[in-house]
Amino acid sequence: MNPKDLRYDKEHEWVKVDGEVAVLGISDFAQDQLGEVVYVDLPAVGDELVAGESFGEIESVKSVSELFSPISGEIVEVNEALGDAPETVNEDPYGDGWMVKVKMGDASELDALMSADEYEAFVAEEA
Amino acid sequence: MTEELLRTPLYHEHLSLNARVVPFAGWEMPVQYVGIIEEHKAVRSSVGIFDVCHMAEFRFFGFGVFEALNAIVTNDLNKIAEIGSALYTVMCDEDGGIIDDLIVYHTGDLEYLVIANAANRQTDWDWITAHLPEAIEAVDESDRTGLIAVQGPKALEVIGSLADEDFEVPARFHIGEARLGEIPVLLARTGYTGEDGVEIVCHADHAVAVWRLLLSFAEVTPCGLGARDTLRLEMGYPLYGSDMDRGVDPISAGLGWVVPKAKTGFIGAEAIARVREAGPSRKLVGLTVSEGVPRHEYPVLHDGTEVGKVASGTYSPTLGHGVATAYVPAELSAPGTELVVAIRRKHVAATVVRPPFVKETSLSALSS
Repeated sequence: MNPKDLRYDKEHEWVKVDGEVAVLGISDFAQDQLGEVVYVDLPAVGDELVAGESFGEIESVKSVSELFSPISGEIVEVNEALGDAPETVNEDPYGDGWMVKVKMGDASELDALMSADEYEAFVAEEA
Repeated sequence: MTEELLRTPLYHEHLSLNARVVPFAGWEMPVQYVGIIEEHKAVRSSVGIFDVCHMAEFRFFGFGVFEALNAIVTNDLNKIAEIGSALYTVMCDEDGGIIDDLIVYHTGDLEYLVIANAANRQTDWDWITAHLPEAIEAVDESDRTGLIAVQGPKALEVIGSLADEDFEVPARFHIGEARLGEIPVLLARTGYTGEDGVEIVCHADHAVAVWRLLLSFAEVTPCGLGARDTLRLEMGYPLYGSDMDRGVDPISAGLGWVVPKAKTGFIGAEAIARVREAGPSRKLVGLTVSEGVPRHEYPVLHDGTEVGKVASGTYSPTLGHGVATAYVPAELSAPGTELVVAIRRKHVAATVVRPPFVKETSLSALSS
């Protein structure tokens, strides 16, 4: 199921906090809904993310979805491996399928996000 | 649009296979079971089966049926004078606008079976029957007819092991009676994937039994409409509603080959001849793109100006990149022409190519 140590938002992104850096990805529910991912379009290192705004796109055979950032901050690392192996997002959404690492601007933004239990309840309601 | 969605006889089979079921052309249809790419690759490498029971089946018979139907379709039914043979065609209105694409099967003496798109069932029926003389009997058999496509390099092996010992597989674009297990069926050696295989026509009440028989083979994968679309687009097969509609003639749509030059006296003949004579101003071309996935209605540009729109677009699982069809001005339609597709924020380089996008399949091996 969804890892307990992550925070989730209503756009089905997850955040993993490691000191002042946050790792972002999409949830297992999101990857399942999308189907097999064929492209992930991510920003560059140094770009600024703004909470609630689009920072990239993820595309499956049938559909394309925007990636909305749950938090604000500066990109410090991008998962370049997704360029050649976008299917990693399906195979390991909470691990190797991570998307960007962000130096957080305002850690209090995390308070607005859901716990794993809250997120599961949210998904159950949406489905 | 609160009209209730229709269900094929296989609806509950799809649910028990955990298919993702979506509305399509008024029907609840499986778009995928495990995943579009996996199902696509199963068809290219082994066997996939598709529920296409939603498609329309019409039967026409009586003295004069040949002349009557030949006056409605663009292709020449003289090509299927032999009973058991089949022909791909379109039918057009007086202006040459495409009403639908069809396969016509010469199923017997004075008798033809026509298989048409589900979304066009009523339109086609009204059009055809309005243009038939009274002496011709017409029956809409869609409700009581099941249709299951069995496609892939190993499709005929599977069919062969289900059929009687003396069973002879129909030649390409032929149809014949057979028994699968105890079930009487028609086997049509046709399809929409670019692979060898058959489409099984059966009574709707037998569709579940046929489906389960096929799935009893380990090499058979159930496939949804998602894979059906990627497979057909890799071959450049047109889809009604995306690649053609009432607003386009067969010459512009790249379907001149289903309108024999020598044939006259069918609906739309004069209009189509005029387009052929003058040359079409726009043509449907194939495009390969350098990155991203082109999709229906995305703008196509040349020198910064929009010159057309994507008709069909997808990610090609076989090639690993995006492929599309688009209507572009005739002067930009030559293979090798460099264009641009606007994939949302990005402008992506695209090259005009002559479909099929995927050249080598079990079907191409058959004809070479």
